[in-house]
Amino acid sequence: MTTAVETPKYSFKDFASDQDVRWCPGCGDYSILAAVKKTLAQFDVPPEKYAFISGIGCSSRFPYYMNTYGIHSIHGRAMSIATGLKVARPDLNVWVITGDGDGLSIGGNHTIHTLRRNVDLKILLFNNQIYGLTKGQYSPTSPFGKKTKSTPMGSLDWPVLPLAIALASEATFVARAVDTHPKHLIEVLTRAHQHKGAAFVEIYQNCNIFNDGAFSYAQDRKIRADHIVELRDGEPMVFGKEDDKGLAHVEGQVRVVTLGQGGFTKNDLLVHDEKAPMSEHFKLARLRQPDFPEPIGVIRAVERPTYNDLVNDQIAEITERKGPGKLQELIQGHATWQVAGEDLD
Amino acid sequence: MSVKTTETGEKPIQSIQRATVRFAGDSGDGMQLSGMQFTNTSAVYGNDVSTLPDFPAEIRAPAGTVYGVSGFQLHFSSEDIHTPGDQVDTLVAMNPAALKVNLRDLKPGGIIVANEDGFTTQNLKLAGFEESPLDDGSLDGYRVFQVPMTNATTHAVEELGVTGRDAHRCKNFFALGLVCWLYSRPLDPVVEFIHSKFKSNEQMREANLKVLHSGYYFGETAEMFQNNFQVKPATLPKGLYRQVRGNEALALGLLTAGHLAKKELFYGGYPITPASDILHELARHKEFGVRTVQAEDEIAGICTTIGAAFGGSLGVTASSGPGIALKGEALGLATILELPLIVVNVQRGGPSTGLPTKTEQSDLMQAMYGRNGDCPMPVLAPRSPSDCFDIAIQAVRIALKYMTPVMILSDGYIANSAEPWLVPSVDDLEEIPVHHLEETNGPDGELLPYKRDEDYSRPWVLPGTPGLMHRVGGLEKADGTGNVSYDPDNHQRMTDYRHAKVEKVVDVVPDQIVYGDPDADVLLIGWGGTYGAIREATAELIERGHPVANIHLRYLNPFPKNLPEILKKYKHVLVAELNKGQLREILRARFLVDARGLNKVQGRPFMVSEIVTAVEMLMNEEAK
Repeated sequence: MTTAVETPKYSFKDFASDQDVRWCPGCGDYSILAAVKKTLAQFDVPPEKYAFISGIGCSSRFPYYMNTYGIHSIHGRAMSIATGLKVARPDLNVWVITGDGDGLSIGGNHTIHTLRRNVDLKILLFNNQIYGLTKGQYSPTSPFGKKTKSTPMGSLDWPVLPLAIALASEATFVARAVDTHPKHLIEVLTRAHQHKGAAFVEIYQNCNIFNDGAFSYAQDRKIRADHIVELRDGEPMVFGKEDDKGLAHVEGQVRVVTLGQGGFTKNDLLVHDEKAPMSEHFKLARLRQPDFPEPIGVIRAVERPTYNDLVNDQIAEITERKGPGKLQELIQGHATWQVAGEDLD
Repeated sequence: MSVKTTETGEKPIQSIQRATVRFAGDSGDGMQLSGMQFTNTSAVYGNDVSTLPDFPAEIRAPAGTVYGVSGFQLHFSSEDIHTPGDQVDTLVAMNPAALKVNLRDLKPGGIIVANEDGFTTQNLKLAGFEESPLDDGSLDGYRVFQVPMTNATTHAVEELGVTGRDAHRCKNFFALGLVCWLYSRPLDPVVEFIHSKFKSNEQMREANLKVLHSGYYFGETAEMFQNNFQVKPATLPKGLYRQVRGNEALALGLLTAGHLAKKELFYGGYPITPASDILHELARHKEFGVRTVQAEDEIAGICTTIGAAFGGSLGVTASSGPGIALKGEALGLATILELPLIVVNVQRGGPSTGLPTKTEQSDLMQAMYGRNGDCPMPVLAPRSPSDCFDIAIQAVRIALKYMTPVMILSDGYIANSAEPWLVPSVDDLEEIPVHHLEETNGPDGELLPYKRDEDYSRPWVLPGTPGLMHRVGGLEKADGTGNVSYDPDNHQRMTDYRHAKVEKVVDVVPDQIVYGDPDADVLLIGWGGTYGAIREATAELIERGHPVANIHLRYLNPFPKNLPEILKKYKHVLVAELNKGQLREILRARFLVDARGLNKVQGRPFMVSEIVTAVEMLMNEEAK
C-alpha cells in the first residue's frame, strides 16, 4: 500500500488543543488521539479545515483534545450532525468519533443511513466492548454471556459485528485497526482520510478499567500474530508468528490452513481484493477468534459518488438549467389577480 | 323534499353577501381538487376566501364508508372574512356516507346537492342507513337536489371513448361545474387548470373539460334549480393577490428570510402529517440553493440541521407534536450550543399519534417547556395561512440576532387552509444582518466563543476561519471560553444568561394591539389559527351590543411587554384555545390573572357561534 504523503507543513502539535486530556491513565484512547494527530500532520490541510464531531461516551471527549473545530454532541447523533455539516460545508474535512455503544446502540440507525448515503465522513468507531462512561454495562459488541453490572448473570444479547453492519449498509470504505499498533493505525487512518466517501474504521480499544484485556489476543505482541491477519490489497492472506498460516477457500468455505501441510502453498491462499464483491468482504468481516484470525487493515475500498456531492451537484445542475431562483416570481406564483380596490395606505 | 320545476327561461340570480360550500365524498372522489379549484375561481373572481380541508387519516379507506369521507369547505364573501364558515350553505354529497358525516354542519334550510347515483343499496348499507335519506323524508328541512352525476358524467365522456374507471374519475368536475353555476362562478380558471394538469393526456383533458361544462349547463338548464346566487367581489386593499396555504407561505417565508440574511437554507426533516408539505415545497426550489435532507428519523432530521447551522447555514426543521417530542434532546443541544435554528411544529390532535389529519393547539406546553433542563426558547405562532410568511421571517430574524433556536407553532388548520394574500415585494423587506467573527475577541487576544453582546448573544464563528478553532458541546459551557465547566456558580450564571437572552427577545416583539371595545369588561384571548373565529366572534358580539375586547397573541415567548398591563384592565379574561387550557394556565401562573377558558378538542377549529355563545353565557352569569 502506498500512502501519498504530501510535503508536511504541520506537526502533530499543531493539532493539539490547550485542554488537559482527561481519560483514565492507560486508556487506549490516548494512542488513537496521537495517531490521529500524526495522520493529519501529514497533509497540507490546516487545522481550521477540520471538524471533529462526536456523540457521548469516553471516546466522544475526543474533539476537546483536537485543535480543530468540533462538537461534542448527544448520545448517538454524531453522524447526523456531521452529515448536516458536510452537506452544508463540503470544503471541510469532517471526522466522526463514536464508540460501540454510541454508534451501534443508541445511534445504530444513523450509522446505517450515513454509510448507505456515503457521506464523505471519516468515522472512527472505538470498540472496547463495554460502556465505559456509565461505568461498566455490557455493550452491543460485548460477547454473549458477558457478566457486567447490568448483567450479573451474563448478557443474553448476541453481539453485533461492526464491520458486518458497515458492509450491510453498503459502506464504501471499511477497515479495522488496533489501538496499540500505532504504525498500522496511522496507515489505516491515512487511507480513510484519502477515501472520498464514508470511511468506517473500527478500532479495537482497550478499556483498562471496565473491560481490561478484551482484545489482548490482538494487542499482545507475544500472541497477536496468530490471532490477527493483516490485509493488504493484492496480497495473500498470510498470518502467524512464522508467517506459516493462511486463509484459503476450502470447499467454498474460508478455512485456516498451514502452509506446507496438506499440500497448501502460498499460491492456494486467498488474495485480498479491496474491490471484491461484497460477499467476500462479508466473510472476512465475520471471522472471529479463536477459530479464525481477525482481519485488520482495509477490508473494502470502492468508489461511489458521495451524498454531499450529489446534493450539491443537484443544486448546481438545476440552477444551471433554470437559472438562479427569482424570489419575487416564486412568491408571486402562477395564479394571481389584481384587486383594483382602495389604496389603504 | 324535491324541488318542483319552474317554467323554462332565464333563471333569476339572487345576490348574497357570503356563502359556505362543502364538497364531500369518498377519499378517492377528488373532493379536495374540486374544493381547491372552486376556491381558486372564487379568489380570482375577487371574493375573500377561507378554506378548511378535512381528510381522513387513512390513505384510501374502503369506498362508501364513513371513515373514508373526505371534505373540503370554502367560505367566500364580498367582505373581509377570517374563517372557513361555521355552518354550510351548500353541501355536495357524493354518497350516503358523505351526507351522514357532514349533515350536522348544514344550515337549516341549506342546500344538498346529492349524487343520486352514489346512493346505491350497498353504499346506504355501508353508511348505516336503513332507508335512503333522499326518500324517507328525513331531509325535509333542507333543499335537496338529486343529480345523477355519475350517469351524466359517463354519458358526457362516452363519445370521447372514455369508459369505466376513467369516466368515473371525472365526476368531481361535474360537481364542480354544477356548483360553479350555482354560485355564478366563471369557469375560465378551472379550464386553464385542466389544460395544464392534463397537458400530456389529451383524452382526459377533453373529458374533464366536457364534464365540467356538462355540470355547469346542467345547472342552467335542468328544471330543478329555481335560481342561482352571486357573491360580489370583496373590497380588499389594492394590489396583486394570490392564494396561499399555510405550509406554502411558511416555506416561502423561510426562503425569503434566507435571501434577506444572505444565508443558504438547510432543511433536515422527516415526513409527518401535517408538516410534510414544508419539506415538499422547499425541495422543489433547489435553484434557490436550498439543501433538503429527508433524514432517517426525526432526530437525524434536527441533528443534520444543527450540523448545518454550526457550518453557517440557516437551519430549519419542521415536524408535528410526536416528531417534536423526538427532537427534544437535540433542541436542548441547540440551546446550549447557542446556534440559530428554526423549528416548526405544525400541531395536530394528540397525545401520541392522536389525530394526524386534524387540527389542535395542544403542543403549547411542549413548545414552552418540553425539554430537559431549564431550556427556554422563543415561541411564535402564526395566526393565518398568509401570516406564516411574516412569522417565518420574524423567527429567522430572532434566531440570527439572538443565536437561539426558535419554535414556530403552526397547526393543521393553518397549514392546509388557504386565503388570498397580497403578494409582498421582496425589495420592501428589511435585510437581516448577520455577523461572523473573523478574529479573536478576548482581552488578551484569545478567542471567547461565548462572549456575549448586549443582547446576551454569542458570536457565530464559522468552521474554516483560521485561528478561531474551538469546540462546543452539550456539556455546560464555561462563561466566555465555552470550555466544559462543572463549576456551580458558572452553571447558575450560564442558565441565567440563556434565560435573559430569550427574555431580551421582547425588544423585537411589537406591543400587543387590542381589538374591539377598549372599555369592555370581557377580554377574549386567542393565539395561533383560532384568530379568525375569535375575531369574527368579537365583531359579532360587539354588533349584538356586548362590549368585548380581543387580543391575539402571535408572540408566546416572550409575551409582548404591555401584556400584563392589558390583562389587568379587564374584569373577565376568557382564553379560547383548542386544548384543555394551556395558555390559560401560563397566563394564570405568570400574571396572577383569573383567566377562564373556552376549550375545545375535537380536531376541528372553533365555530364563531361557539365563541359568541360562550361569551354571552359568561355575561349572563355576570348579570345574575
